Amino acid sequence: MFKGILLGVLMALTVSQVYASEAQPVVEDVVLEKRVTAVSQELRCLVCQNQTIAESHAELAIDLKNQVREMLKQGKSQQEIVDYMVQRYGDFVLYRPQMKTRNWLLWFGPFVLLALALGVLFIKLRQRQKALVQQEAAPLSAEEHGRAALLLSGIDKGAQS
Amino acid sequence: MIPEIGHFALMLAIALALVQGILPLVGAARGNTMLMGVARPAAFGHFTFVALAFACLAQSFLGNDFSVLYVAQHSNSQLPSYYRFAAIWGGHEGSLLLWTFILTVWTVAVTQFSKQLPQEMVARVVGVMGLISVGFLLFMLFTSNPFERLIPAAVDGRDLSPMLQDPGLVIHPPMLYMGYVGTSVAFAFAIAALLGGRLDATWARWSRPWTMVAWIFLTLGIMLGSWWAYYELGWGGWWFWDPVENASFMPWLVATALVHSLAVTEKRGAFKNWTVFLAIIGFSLSLLGTFLVRSGVLTSVHAFATDPKRGVFVLALLGIVIGSSLLLFAWRAPKVGLGGGFALVSRESLLLLNNVLLTVAAASVFLGTLYPLFMDALGFGKISVGPPYFDAVFGPIMAVAVFLMGAGPFARWKQADMSVMSKQLWMWLAASLVPAVIVWFAFDHWSVPIVGGVTLGFWSLLSALAYWVERMRESGGIGMAAKLRGMSRSSYGMLLAHAGIGVFILGVTFVKGYENSSEMRMRIDDTTTLGSYTFRFSDANEVSGPNYSAMRATIDVMQNGAKVTTLYPEKRIYNVQTMPMTEAAINSGVFRDLYVAIGEILANDEMVVRIQYKPMVDWIWIGCLFMALGGVLAMSDRRYRLSAQRQEPADAVTVAS
Repeated sequence: MFKGILLGVLMALTVSQVYASEAQPVVEDVVLEKRVTAVSQELRCLVCQNQTIAESHAELAIDLKNQVREMLKQGKSQQEIVDYMVQRYGDFVLYRPQMKTRNWLLWFGPFVLLALALGVLFIKLRQRQKALVQQEAAPLSAEEHGRAALLLSGIDKGAQS
Repeated sequence: MIPEIGHFALMLAIALALVQGILPLVGAARGNTMLMGVARPAAFGHFTFVALAFACLAQSFLGNDFSVLYVAQHSNSQLPSYYRFAAIWGGHEGSLLLWTFILTVWTVAVTQFSKQLPQEMVARVVGVMGLISVGFLLFMLFTSNPFERLIPAAVDGRDLSPMLQDPGLVIHPPMLYMGYVGTSVAFAFAIAALLGGRLDATWARWSRPWTMVAWIFLTLGIMLGSWWAYYELGWGGWWFWDPVENASFMPWLVATALVHSLAVTEKRGAFKNWTVFLAIIGFSLSLLGTFLVRSGVLTSVHAFATDPKRGVFVLALLGIVIGSSLLLFAWRAPKVGLGGGFALVSRESLLLLNNVLLTVAAASVFLGTLYPLFMDALGFGKISVGPPYFDAVFGPIMAVAVFLMGAGPFARWKQADMSVMSKQLWMWLAASLVPAVIVWFAFDHWSVPIVGGVTLGFWSLLSALAYWVERMRESGGIGMAAKLRGMSRSSYGMLLAHAGIGVFILGVTFVKGYENSSEMRMRIDDTTTLGSYTFRFSDANEVSGPNYSAMRATIDVMQNGAKVTTLYPEKRIYNVQTMPMTEAAINSGVFRDLYVAIGEILANDEMVVRIQYKPMVDWIWIGCLFMALGGVLAMSDRRYRLSAQRQEPADAVTVAS
């Protein structure tokens, strides 16, 4: 079938040479299309591998994009469109997971982790400094004396190998 | 016959891997030189048999042996020979073989380049790598044998997915796997150090160049993958936060943190536990990445259920590797000493802060990638986590990290003076705001990410320049040449890598902020304009490739009346899988790419042509190249070659025996 189209195109091309002109955009309203793309980039093409409906050329994606366009024309807001899509296709259609209880871990987890990690780092650094100060102040223990002596005499196997 | 030889070679390889994995470790524990001596020959033999198996699979592909199931599934007699070779890693089984093969290559490299290292260390490192290989070979032999026969043989193969038929397949997976598997060397060094109780600065110095090589390969592998997606998929995206991409990005983030924390451990003997922990996590994420991509679990948790044997094996392997190494860590790590002291504000503490940020960033990618899986497994239904999430969560964390990256090198070891640092840096910070302000006023639109991105991009570049200027000023040498030589290669490497981040950020910011596109219906001789460029659809021909036929459009691009280039985008139909593929045509430039792709072919001799203007998109990959080059410079620093014999008594004292 594809080859048929190719042939058809080729044949038609020879005729159409005369009618050179400014190409027409695929969509009528280019300004509206910018908004359609912005909304489409948040929505998942449900039948594709992992693509937004803005990028996909699958039938479903084109269909959904048309719906987005229609709803924008009717003056619906992005939120209304998103709600409508979720109602119809479930949360799977959204690339920006909704801010609800079961997604809190997803949204806040990294920042809570960051705060915790910074806290732990600070405390550890503090403890470490204290330990080092004590270490310097305290005289060597008997065991440490022994190890130091071994090291100095060069018998310590661990240090040599 | 050849597939059976390959199969048999894998069995012999597993025997040798067991020898390599057990005897040297026992020898190292008992101080038995003879047992430790087994490490090198066993590694060689192990490598030889895995290489033989790899060669047998290659021969099956090149010789079109469709009685081998894996070949029949992933190749076709019409497929050009270079793709038939690359098809070895076009599927699950062959990818595992490539992984194992690269692991044995790394092992042999370790035995060759570590001759100055103490024998116990080499024995332990090689032993650990042998054990990893045992896991992979078992997985292959029991669940994913690439040599399984198909009887009766297929007349012809089902062909390689058209999406993969690209030079990118030849180079991207091997590069990425070199990186993935390279993290196993850092891991093996860490485990060896834990086993031997020698977690000191010398260990860090030995393991640093290996970690760096792995990091370089990971960087290049990810870069190639992104570039490949950009030109092959036809919609001009270069990163989609796809789980497959994230799987390679998480180990990269952790490896980046590891490269930095190894610096602290080597120079100051501090935070060894953290460094070891990072090495373990880095490799664990590499393993997880390999299996995530290969097991099909990402598309659906139910893929696990369709082939439970594989799934259970993967989980068991991950559990054993991660569990046992963390147990060992918990058991041995607290015994090692504190290392050198440093103040709350110092090069050390800033590097640790960078580590915290990079690790948390990796955790956010981890969470975003696996959250849908957990939700699905827990019965909460399917959700999607995509670019909007990562932009919102990952972006800010990395922004802080990049800001600190610029300031970090100015902090002195042990103790840094904040007031001195700010005196050195405030002018440069102000200078990086200037371009952002210009963009703000000069371009027709702006946003917080654009202004922030431009500032951070210039901050990365200018702070690197500032550091260089400062070092040149301090340098005691006389004359420019002496001053230039006075700075070590690793310092130059660091500057180049940090500047690479800047180049990368500028690329990302401009392409995301100012890209433009239009989708036009075009007939022959139609013209359309995008920005200052005029595109004329001047011809369309049918062409045929080795295993596809295509419609090729000829599009002349003009700017201000002068011809810029001619582009030939194609729409291909591959003969076997009859899948239409878009082959975009790209005109690359330093400041912009023009990207043209054919969409639908409509009735009455029209076709949809998608034209995109991508400002500075190539800076993204050039930035990655800078980072990789910086890594090469850093690891070629002479101290890694000279220092193997040197002892550092100060570190040895802290070793618990």
